[in-house]
Amino acid sequence: MGLFHNFLKKFLKALFKKKGEVKLGLYGPPNGGKTTLANKISMDWLGEEVGKVSGIAHETREIQIKEQITIKSKNKELTFNLVDTPGIATKIDYEDFLKAGLKEKEAKGRAKEATKGVVDAIKWLDDMDTVVVVLDATKDPYSQVNITIIGNLEARKIPVLIVANKMDLKKADVKKVQAAFPQYDVIGISAKYGKKIDEFYEALFKITNQ
Amino acid sequence: MLTLQFIPYAEISSLTSEKKIQKLLRVVKDEKIALVEGKLGSNEKSELIRKTMQEIDDKFKGIEIEELDMDKKDKALLEKIRSAFINLLLGSRKGLTIIGPASIIKEIKKDPDKIQLFTEETKKKKKK
Repeated sequence: MGLFHNFLKKFLKALFKKKGEVKLGLYGPPNGGKTTLANKISMDWLGEEVGKVSGIAHETREIQIKEQITIKSKNKELTFNLVDTPGIATKIDYEDFLKAGLKEKEAKGRAKEATKGVVDAIKWLDDMDTVVVVLDATKDPYSQVNITIIGNLEARKIPVLIVANKMDLKKADVKKVQAAFPQYDVIGISAKYGKKIDEFYEALFKITNQ
Repeated sequence: MLTLQFIPYAEISSLTSEKKIQKLLRVVKDEKIALVEGKLGSNEKSELIRKTMQEIDDKFKGIEIEELDMDKKDKALLEKIRSAFINLLLGSRKGLTIIGPASIIKEIKKDPDKIQLFTEETKKKKKK
């Protein structure tokens, strides 16, 4: 029943999808740099930002969409709706936000919104056509959150590109990320400084078969 | 005091994913660490995260989860990747899953044959 339902959903989606309605999702744990990358892509091709970036985790607590972004390279062109999602986590403690300097009411509100954000991000997985998983290259890639996100995309047969972000930092190790997910394309970038962003765009063309 | 509750595969294998997750969350919310024989499928893990988020409040801060492989070390790489994928999708009887309340377990490290649980206490000692 589940398999038939998924097939029917995909079939109807493909049938009624308009040209350029490809959804490109940015997924990953909190503070990996999803919104920084979303801003970089949107600034490069639309000249406007997607969302606010901060050092405190769970800054993005709602799905943010930038529609009709067209990226070009040589003779290739790719149009998509960019979907920036809240970071997926297994725990959210409002006391961490207190330590980051927020007042109690604000910290509790942020924690509540962050839990809803995680639920929404998981719910939206079904609607994605292609996903870029954004990981912090200075952190251990073998986390259960990373494995769960990638496992779910694999189960849904959604093309995946893994980005090892924050390559401008000394501790960043793209090889560790590649070793953790050897069956995927992994590209090391710095979304903040635009380092290797052209290679990232090329990789996007590759996974979307453009 | 830490309480570990062992959950054998036979106890959860016949349950639906929903019931399985309910059971695991009940153990964890009871401030116990669940040692589960086998691994959850990727859909079950995302469902576990989703349900965990819905349960979070001032007292329950979420979960820490880690898995330990029981596969032979000398298994060929291709075979390892193949079985890893099957496990990702369907879950498996092989291996061990540890799920604990985030208020007690601050961090779980895999190394890769042993699992270290860092509690609030160990974190404080490390800082000294």
